[in-house]
Amino acid sequence: MASELTIDSVRSAIVEDRMTATALAADFYDRIRKEDSEIGAFLTLCEKRALAQAGLIDQMAAEGQPLPPLAGVPVAIKDVMVTSGVRTTAGSKILENFIPPYDCTAVARLEAAGAVILGKLNCDEFAMGSSTENSAYGAVHNPHDKGRVPGGSSGGSAAAVAADMAVATLGSDTGGSIRQPASFCGVVGLKPTYGRVSRYGLIAFASSLDHIGPFAKTVKEVALVLRTIAGRDPMDATSAEVAVPDYAAELEKPVEGLKVGVAKEYFGSGLDPEVRAAVEAAIQKLAGLGCEVVPVSLPHTEYAIPAYYIVATAEASANLARFDGVRYGFRAKADNLSQMYRLTRDGGFGMEVKRRIMLGTYALSAGYYDAYYLKAQKVRTLLTRDFDEAFKKVDVIAAPTCPTPAFRLGEKVNDPLAMYLADIYTVTANLAGIPGISVPCGENHEKLPIGLQLFARHFDEATLLRVAHAYEQSRSLSVVGR
Amino acid sequence: MKVTDKDVAYVADLANLELTEEERARMLRDLNSILEYVERLSELETDQVTPMAQVSDRYGVDESRSGSDRFAYAIREDVKDGLRKSLPHDIAMKNAPDTDGTFFEVPKVIER
Repeated sequence: MASELTIDSVRSAIVEDRMTATALAADFYDRIRKEDSEIGAFLTLCEKRALAQAGLIDQMAAEGQPLPPLAGVPVAIKDVMVTSGVRTTAGSKILENFIPPYDCTAVARLEAAGAVILGKLNCDEFAMGSSTENSAYGAVHNPHDKGRVPGGSSGGSAAAVAADMAVATLGSDTGGSIRQPASFCGVVGLKPTYGRVSRYGLIAFASSLDHIGPFAKTVKEVALVLRTIAGRDPMDATSAEVAVPDYAAELEKPVEGLKVGVAKEYFGSGLDPEVRAAVEAAIQKLAGLGCEVVPVSLPHTEYAIPAYYIVATAEASANLARFDGVRYGFRAKADNLSQMYRLTRDGGFGMEVKRRIMLGTYALSAGYYDAYYLKAQKVRTLLTRDFDEAFKKVDVIAAPTCPTPAFRLGEKVNDPLAMYLADIYTVTANLAGIPGISVPCGENHEKLPIGLQLFARHFDEATLLRVAHAYEQSRSLSVVGR
Repeated sequence: MKVTDKDVAYVADLANLELTEEERARMLRDLNSILEYVERLSELETDQVTPMAQVSDRYGVDESRSGSDRFAYAIREDVKDGLRKSLPHDIAMKNAPDTDGTFFEVPKVIER
């Protein structure tokens, strides 16, 4: 039953009195208690808060009041977004007992739109990772094959949707952390334009690259959630004063005549042949819908990973300086202040977080700043110009989300560079700030999901979602017809 | 090898990390392998390229104005009209690992 629920079906069932939000939330908690021991998507359940919200929705329905757009929809939140009164760990031991005093804007907006927040989702520590194996609270297992990773860092957010433990979830994406797990778990994941969704209350990893975005089973639901969380927020100076369209209404507009760019740089030597075939077939399908497929060039793509890992770790080394054991979080016992800082950070942070703090600190240190950090920022300009040029010719760009389907747990955990290369097709959108989406486009011979990635111009989520929706519709028709 | 043991110790010091012997050895290996990969950035000629620190530099900025007025779009209401109310003291202190009720307490900073 849970697998057939959508945002619209939940809302209409409540409006028509076929179901209460309270009973639905209870059903989801039952399901989570049954299924999640083998998946590990949830870190914290906030049943009291969820049932209070569900009760409110049921009361509104009973009184015949108009219901908000996400009324009664069971959702869950990656544990890097703070939730008032609900433990928020960022997947780190250093925040093991942290109870935030306020709500992240995106979370508050979801709740104001009627959504019922079930709990907080597992992720790589401080969102640093591509497999969710870096969580201090244990790895997440891919619902399609429990011996494989769900992707990361928002592995819990993708797995919860794939295993029907939430209708929609929020994740964060700094280098692919929404799109890559969406691809690995066979769900839809959107990273909006930088500035589209407020970052207020998102525990910062790399502030110029961090984005909040939705996961769901379908493009339409992702569109509905985006509309709810998007828009200017005075609490985040980088959130943009750009009107938020009714994305769901835009979905049905025709895609005929739209230009889809294909860049050879995204189909290079590391690409798995089955992923290549699935993505090429998806592009053919878009052509069949009347889109014009146009070759484009994104010549600096091969420099994206090195530029990204310098910029991201430099920003992280500054952002994570705040975790020192003084005001909140874990504190190690020590005889003096400087020793307390060190022992707290040594004991509170995991290996990958320490590695990135070290790399970022090195890149910013005297004598290396120009060679690494400044150089990476200049390359970021070149990468962004590549997209500017391409988007003069095309409306969207199609590519694989990841070079391979989900890899095995443990496969890359001791090789940081191999893990970083899992983000090779996704980091570019973070560096340029353009929106990107991953939509399921098939399976390999082991029944592992494959994702099609689409990019669009800054703030043109409407076109991005429209093309993704048209593709999704054509695919579900052909699957039925088979 | 670009990064040496001495560099690892120096950077750990800057980052307020202690690191065990084993962690230092891993850092030495990992930083060298990552930085070797990053080295390829030097293939690109970037003398005339402006560095990009923020995506938001690309929108909202009013180039016809000067100084901080160019970023008028980012001015928050609460700054215009006076400071936003901060968290009540007791709530702000609630997560403190050690407090006397008024201040955060930390181990001794200065030895007498």
